Amino acid sequence: MPTAIEVYKLLPKTNCGKCGFPTCLAFAMQIAAGKKSIEDCPDVDPKAKETLAEAAAPPIPLIKVGGENPLEIGDETVIFRHEKSFFHPTAIALLVDASAPKGEIERRAKEFDEMVFERVGQTLMMDAIAIKGDDPSKFNEAVDAVKGNSNRPLILMGKSSVISDAAKKLADEKPLLHCQDPSDFEGMVALAKETGSPLAVKTQANTAGEALKELSSMSQAAKDNGVKDVVLDLGNLKMNEMLQALVAIRRLAIKRKFRLLGQPVMFSLEGMDSRDALLASLGILKYASIVVVPEADRSYIYPLLSLRQNIFTDPRIPLQVEEGVYEIGTPNENSPVLLTCNFSLTYFNVAGDTEGSKVPSYIIVTFTEGLSVMTAFAAGKLTPESVKKTLDEVKIQDKVNHKRIIIPGMIARMSGKLEELTDLDIMVGPRESSGIPKFLKDKWS
Amino acid sequence: MDLPEVKVEMPKESFSGKIREVMIGASPDDGGTRSKKIVAGGENTLPYIHFDGQVPNPPAIGMEVWDIEPDFPAVILEELGDSVKDPAKWAKRCEDLGADFVVLKLVGINPEEQNRSTEAAVQTVRDVLNATPLPLFIYGCGEPKKDSEVLEKCAEAAQGERCFLGLATEDNYKSLATAATAYGHGLVAFSNLDINLAKQMNILLLDFGFDPQNIIMDPLYAGLGVGIEYAYSMCERIKLAALIGDQTLQMPMIGDINRCWGTKEAYAVAPDWGDEKSRAVAWEAITGYSALVTGANLLVVRHPGTVKLLKDAINELMGGE
Repeated sequence: MPTAIEVYKLLPKTNCGKCGFPTCLAFAMQIAAGKKSIEDCPDVDPKAKETLAEAAAPPIPLIKVGGENPLEIGDETVIFRHEKSFFHPTAIALLVDASAPKGEIERRAKEFDEMVFERVGQTLMMDAIAIKGDDPSKFNEAVDAVKGNSNRPLILMGKSSVISDAAKKLADEKPLLHCQDPSDFEGMVALAKETGSPLAVKTQANTAGEALKELSSMSQAAKDNGVKDVVLDLGNLKMNEMLQALVAIRRLAIKRKFRLLGQPVMFSLEGMDSRDALLASLGILKYASIVVVPEADRSYIYPLLSLRQNIFTDPRIPLQVEEGVYEIGTPNENSPVLLTCNFSLTYFNVAGDTEGSKVPSYIIVTFTEGLSVMTAFAAGKLTPESVKKTLDEVKIQDKVNHKRIIIPGMIARMSGKLEELTDLDIMVGPRESSGIPKFLKDKWS
Repeated sequence: MDLPEVKVEMPKESFSGKIREVMIGASPDDGGTRSKKIVAGGENTLPYIHFDGQVPNPPAIGMEVWDIEPDFPAVILEELGDSVKDPAKWAKRCEDLGADFVVLKLVGINPEEQNRSTEAAVQTVRDVLNATPLPLFIYGCGEPKKDSEVLEKCAEAAQGERCFLGLATEDNYKSLATAATAYGHGLVAFSNLDINLAKQMNILLLDFGFDPQNIIMDPLYAGLGVGIEYAYSMCERIKLAALIGDQTLQMPMIGDINRCWGTKEAYAVAPDWGDEKSRAVAWEAITGYSALVTGANLLVVRHPGTVKLLKDAINELMGGE
């Protein structure tokens, strides 16, 4: 959003008061704050309205692919995640070859739909199916076969003459139409305009510099011809050029407000081996909105979805572990019980060091709003009462036949009160998790 | 349809600062016996952004060697085979696998565990130096007192080889810095996943009079699935601060990515997560790759399968075929 002064320059500066504010500057401040619309000024020049809309538009628009539960891409505002956050996780799309037998296509679509992982309280899965073909009737059959097994967002890849029927039939679902061949650009633009679907344009360039030019040119032509939502495909750039292009496009979008490249970016992997997994990682780490993979090998998809989950967490909100009892190794009724906070980094350290001790144990995580032990204690979020509440809820007494709980050394001061409240034997553990192996060796028997 | 010509330039940014070039290992010319020396750092741009500036030295990849048999997951041990029973053989194996340097971790000297003696540790260092001509990093067990005692003797035994001793922390840096200076080595300054702590550790060493040309920083690279996003953003902040001109953060960074094995997802036999052999390599490689993309000048890996993969990736990122 532009500043109040920038908005003020676009207003008539007559201080007529028809907008309900005494001066144009006062009104401009309201607009800049997002509280009023420029529409409330009856005398404003229509050109000024356009200028303002342009200036207020996000650097990269949000584009939706799909009908009911659309894939949302774009709408990013920063270059580094520590500046705020990355908002829309890189979508992983699975490629389906329309020329494959129907049974094979159905199997792939089903496999795609069933590939769902639970990870630290979140559900991870791939996001879209990209159907690619060069024969219209086979393409339509493939779309039907996929639709019969999955209702997730679609990317239609092929010449306009091939995907036309499907694109029109599915217009309500807004599939992403993917222009593979520059000679077919005109046909694809027309199809995207007619169906109101987003359009992906692909560069044939070998260098980042050339790719930027080609994509800007296609982006301009698509917009000139009435296509609003454009996605930029970086084609077959090598890893190095891919990185230069990804960084350059994000910088141009965010810092220079260069609209033609202020669009979500995608690319496809040629294969699915460990090197391809690294290229996909580059997409996740550096600004790609969609990465199309040719195979759904779980041993690569799971690490990639984990990476995406990690990188797209909001750095302003600490990642939290769910409150509860966690088993390290195979503990039994005599195993030690350690207490820690729900800040994930703390938990990872405590769990790692406990595992390192080779003493099977229970770890109780108590809710501290994602704060570390020391911070939570200082902020009053980790108190004898809150710990007692957790202990009551997790029913640790059902799992062990002793009454000892090891608390972090940093909260030694609450051991007396906690003992009173809970009728347990409180053992004060080490201040740092690295002391856990020695502590368990020396003090636990 | 005729496409419009659009002029667009690469959005170049330049920085006034650059990462210090630090030399690791001494060849006969420099008074040592190493077959090669590694130069880490030297770039005046964010990682591999070649249109902004120069990346004169590609990152190097090292492998871990322990003085005792390691308790690594089976997927790694199967690949390392019998070599893990003998540090010298293991180090030679690293060389054969294409590693650029070896990080000898004296885990066994821990007084709470095997409590290997100083003499035994020194012998291991000699054996490894004899077994491979690769540059060497020598790390203690993490217990400050024992580390100070053992690393001083190891430094003496490796005099002139320009090894890097670690990990220097608030608790032991004075004795490590003294030993490193006396015998011609460098230090790895460790801090726990926090840009301010990383800066503070470097300042402690500088204030102690330690030469910045001899410092590599290890700000702890967390693993995939276990906090990688913290490390990712911290390293980006460190690199940005260094490039803008903060001299106390211009040390080359080492990414010891062993933390990625801190989650079972990296190695467990679990069909739902896919074949554990390829997953293990992917897990470590993705962790290492993200460290590279955020500016690691050196990487330390465990899995033999990761070494070539990441070396090839570095070559690609440097613009090679």
